[in-house]
Amino acid sequence: MFETALTANDLWFMAQGAGWTLLITAIAMAGGTLLGIVFGITRASLPGWSTLPLGFLLDIFRSVPLLIQLILANSFIPILGLRATPFTVSCIVLALYTSAYCSEIVRGGVEAVPQTTRRAARSLGMSWWQDMTAIVYPIALRVMLPSWIGLTLGVMKDTALVSWIGVIELLKSSQILINRMQNEPLLILMIAGLIYFLISFPISRLGARLEKRFREND
Amino acid sequence: MIEIENVQKSFGTLKVLDGVSLTVQKGEVLSIIGGSGSGKSTLLMCINGLEPIQGGRIVVDGTEVHARGTNLNKLRQKIGIVFQQWNAFPHLTVLENVTLALRKVLKKSKSDAEAIATRQLEHVGLGDKLKAFPGKLSGGQQQRMAIARALAMEPQYMLFDEVTSALDPLLVGEVLDTMRLLAKEGMTMIVVTHEMSFAREVSDRVAFFQSGKIHEIGSPQQIFENPQNEGTRAFLNSVR
Repeated sequence: MFETALTANDLWFMAQGAGWTLLITAIAMAGGTLLGIVFGITRASLPGWSTLPLGFLLDIFRSVPLLIQLILANSFIPILGLRATPFTVSCIVLALYTSAYCSEIVRGGVEAVPQTTRRAARSLGMSWWQDMTAIVYPIALRVMLPSWIGLTLGVMKDTALVSWIGVIELLKSSQILINRMQNEPLLILMIAGLIYFLISFPISRLGARLEKRFREND
Repeated sequence: MIEIENVQKSFGTLKVLDGVSLTVQKGEVLSIIGGSGSGKSTLLMCINGLEPIQGGRIVVDGTEVHARGTNLNKLRQKIGIVFQQWNAFPHLTVLENVTLALRKVLKKSKSDAEAIATRQLEHVGLGDKLKAFPGKLSGGQQQRMAIARALAMEPQYMLFDEVTSALDPLLVGEVLDTMRLLAKEGMTMIVVTHEMSFAREVSDRVAFFQSGKIHEIGSPQQIFENPQNEGTRAFLNSVR
């Protein structure tokens, strides 16, 4: 018969870790999406040369490995005389990292709306804002949604890296259990993997359903 | 009244409008003919401020279009424009395509907007397509929807930019019929077109455009039967 030293308490400990994973993902996606929308629309609307510095900055967030960004931010913040918990640092770094990817998704979405369609909206007397909210947003959303869902899943898995600066999220809590019990690493990692899957699966299903609903109208 | 005075317009180093002057009176139908790339369509974009100009001025009912401080959104409410590519809003039904600006710009209630839109769509023969999405419509139907969408705002002027050029030849007739009806009702219209017989039939005046200039303007009889300008003659011979 299958035996394990893993107790309900240990599982609860992992569930708490999963809670942090979810919370960090939610904050990073919320912050990153908001910033990404602002950056993306800026880059899609203004002439290329004027947004070069912004593009360069976002390229840095996209190209430097997340782990290095986390460790550097976690070290530099105290040096600058600021105080932030590892949790706060994690949220800020992940949000900026997300915004860099999200801005590209938003830019692609906005640019996918034909200029002529937008002209038609403006020719009816609609303002820039009305064009953005009533024409560009709904059309671009169809283009952006699959990539955005993919980004969410990616960020959720990337949160595992914040364990390096001391946040006890799902992976870290699993590692703590593994270190304590020594002989059951595979079981614990399988449980952790299952929890990651249980978080991801509904998100990807939701994305697929929304996409299907959009297609029915086209 | 639309007054166009010595308008200059370039895209980079390419001069598209080179000193165009023109006046269109209330109730008049003016057709603009000429080869591709002669600046006809650009002129329409300039009239409602969708394109900036580099010189001269355009005045619509006393409002200078490109002056600093001109409320373009307000001005555009009285200038309807229909494009070559009908530019339907693909995510909205036919009815919603027409009600959108009525609600957002003119702040009409939902029921008022739908009543106006339904009347306009019936007027162009789309009364049975209200709930359809544009993607399910033929090009001609989409183009008539675009006309209804512009007319619903009750514009004083209508600009037509080669509205039949992208249509299947079989569908051209239905769109021209809609425009004929509009001309008969006394709408002030500027029609950029390659449909010579249509221009001849509905226009009060016809202007011939070439390389950003008006080379000849006059009654349809003059332009089509007795053109004074060498360029006009050559152009008409080439399209006949």
